[in-house]
Amino acid sequence: MAISAQAAGAAQGMTVVARTQTQLVRRRFFRHRAALIGMLVFGGIVVLAFSSIGFGPLPGWWDKSYLATGAVVDQGRPTLSLVPQFLGGEGLRWGEHPFGQDNIGIDYFALTMRGTQQSIIVAFIVGFVATTVGTLAGAFAGYFRKKVEAILMRLTDVMITIPVLIIAAIVGRSFGDSGIVVLAICIGLVTWPTLGRLIRGEFLSLREKEFVEAARALGTSSSRIIFRHILPNTVGVIIVSATLAIANAVLLESALSFLGVGVQPPDVSLGQLIDTYRSAMTTRPWLFWWPGVFIIAIALSINFIGDGLRDAFDPRQTRVRA
Amino acid sequence: MTNHPSETGEILRVEDLVVEFPTEDGLVQAVRGVSYSLHEREVLGIVGESGSGKSVSSLAVMGLLPRGARVRGRILYRGDDVLKLPARRRRGLRGRKIAMIFQDPMTALNPVHTVGDQLAEAVLAHDLVPRKQALARAREMLDLVGIPQAEQRLRSYPHEFSGGMRQRAMIAMAVINNPDVIIADEPTTALDVTVQAQILEKLLEVKDAVNAAIVLITHDLGVVAGIAHRVLVMYAGKPVEIGVTDTIFYRPRMPYTAGLLGSMPSLETSGGRLRPISGAPPSLINLPSGCPFSPRCPLAEDRCRAEEPALGEVDEGGHYAACHHWDQLAAVADPTALFRTESEPVT
Ligand SMILES: Nc1ncnc2c1ncn2[C@@H]1O[C@H](COP(=O)(O)OP(=O)(O)OP(=O)(O)O)[C@@H](O)[C@H]1O
Ligand code: SF4
Ligand SMILES: [Mg+2]
Repeated sequence: MAISAQAAGAAQGMTVVARTQTQLVRRRFFRHRAALIGMLVFGGIVVLAFSSIGFGPLPGWWDKSYLATGAVVDQGRPTLSLVPQFLGGEGLRWGEHPFGQDNIGIDYFALTMRGTQQSIIVAFIVGFVATTVGTLAGAFAGYFRKKVEAILMRLTDVMITIPVLIIAAIVGRSFGDSGIVVLAICIGLVTWPTLGRLIRGEFLSLREKEFVEAARALGTSSSRIIFRHILPNTVGVIIVSATLAIANAVLLESALSFLGVGVQPPDVSLGQLIDTYRSAMTTRPWLFWWPGVFIIAIALSINFIGDGLRDAFDPRQTRVRA
Repeated sequence: MTNHPSETGEILRVEDLVVEFPTEDGLVQAVRGVSYSLHEREVLGIVGESGSGKSVSSLAVMGLLPRGARVRGRILYRGDDVLKLPARRRRGLRGRKIAMIFQDPMTALNPVHTVGDQLAEAVLAHDLVPRKQALARAREMLDLVGIPQAEQRLRSYPHEFSGGMRQRAMIAMAVINNPDVIIADEPTTALDVTVQAQILEKLLEVKDAVNAAIVLITHDLGVVAGIAHRVLVMYAGKPVEIGVTDTIFYRPRMPYTAGLLGSMPSLETSGGRLRPISGAPPSLINLPSGCPFSPRCPLAEDRCRAEEPALGEVDEGGHYAACHHWDQLAAVADPTALFRTESEPVT
């Protein structure tokens, strides 16, 4: 009997360990080293950005404002030093202006932190809006085909031929003054079609799977099939696309700022800082590097987190990664 | 074998079912006039080679044909023509009154949900009961199909099950809502030979437990031998012979059935050798005129190639066959001998 071996295994408590889905997902995620590091880095950046200069009414521990100008000290060079003295450096030092100062003497650490805050907010709102709309549209288009699909395909055709940047710029021009939240929602509403197309592709292949037919044979309604049978199978794709959308939004926001339609001065974003100081690369490189490092760190860590989440949500992944 | 339950009421009746698929190459005539009836608690075997329209005709009964398929005829469930029912009521029948078991248990379970969740989901698709209650029912069903440690197994994922256990789970899912009819489309084909018999046995046991009738689809006459009350043999989208199982096995009146019997390894008359019928079934797009089996039939002559035989009564007791020369099969002691090559000694 083929069953007996398994039954024996089960009796010894080998295979049958009752765990909830959430426990399993959490366990698999925390075993994913890159994802864990990504999580720590991203968490660290968020805490640093929001606690240092504070946010809204919340005060921060950093005493300089991103709005206050001052005397430029030592050509605005960063005072931060990380190389200890016994290695020939200047020792571990935070200093007056750790990231330096810009040309009108604003503390560059405060500016970078403000930029990080804005970039994170924009990126997450864009990611959320684009993922939600894209997933729903893609799901319905892929499952029901016909009209919904035709509309989605036309929309994506338009989005692909007209660069997103131009659409976003027009949107930014019209809504840029309403604040970054409105701006971000608008960007999300124009960037979802690529994601929608991806989800539609997943649905197209999953709807032909036998388990979907089996669900239909059980009399399951279409909405239940879409949301309970097919959608959970696309969680991996959705998460990866969402993290990509977030990472892209950081970059799109910087491009918009470059066109002067993104986050408006005196407020700042990381993209805006980079674009402003691209030409300063040779003379005062730190003005370019600090926001650059933060953009890269944010984009990379979000990607790693996405990677870990995708693996964690896949129940076939029985062996956890080292 | 249990007594033939023809005395009991009829629950399913298929009349002149025709299914066609318009394709780029032409119209595929997958099912060309299938009629049968199914009584309560009866087991009807549908047998035929690959492509004979077994699955398509059952999917038509379930209402699961792909969009674009053209369906004609009548499918009566307890007297109601399901083809005329509004979509909502039709969905209400699926899974609750008429359930289906698929061929491949590896792909018929959703990989991202636990087995318990999927069984509960089958209940919740029709009844608004608390989830707890649905899970309790799921547990009961796993017990019924003989899965040990049902309580823990509810929380297992399909990939943690063996093929046989998955098919047991599929059986559990099919009967969880107490259906009247179970359509099992090659339920054991994808399984290890050693578990096939167990699964069939379990299927019959479960069927009796819930008082359902079964339409058992297979390409293997051996599978239906000890199980089905009646057998319907299909060829090129049409029923070519139907009758009580013993009659089909011992007195086939259609050369195709005789050929299938001759290719069965277990039958003693075959002398231990497998003799598949030579040739292949015809294309369903441009069917030749006449009997579709004529290119492969040892008895074929001009009339066969000109005129397609209709299903006619060949014996009492509901034995019908579609062959111009069924009386020639009645005249010989062993109709399967028709398919022996000349060089081979006839025993
Ligand atoms: N969607 C479709 N479009 C076109 N032709 C189809 C479609 N579905 C099935 N067919 C054709 O209908 C015919 C009957 O198929 P069916 O699946 O019923 O065969 P079957 O008897 O179940 O065979 P098997 O033993 O291989 O399962 C086949 O020739 C197949 O190619
Ligand atoms: S009708 Fe003719 S060709 Fe067809 S099965 Fe009978 S004998 Fe053979
Ligand atoms: Mg089939």
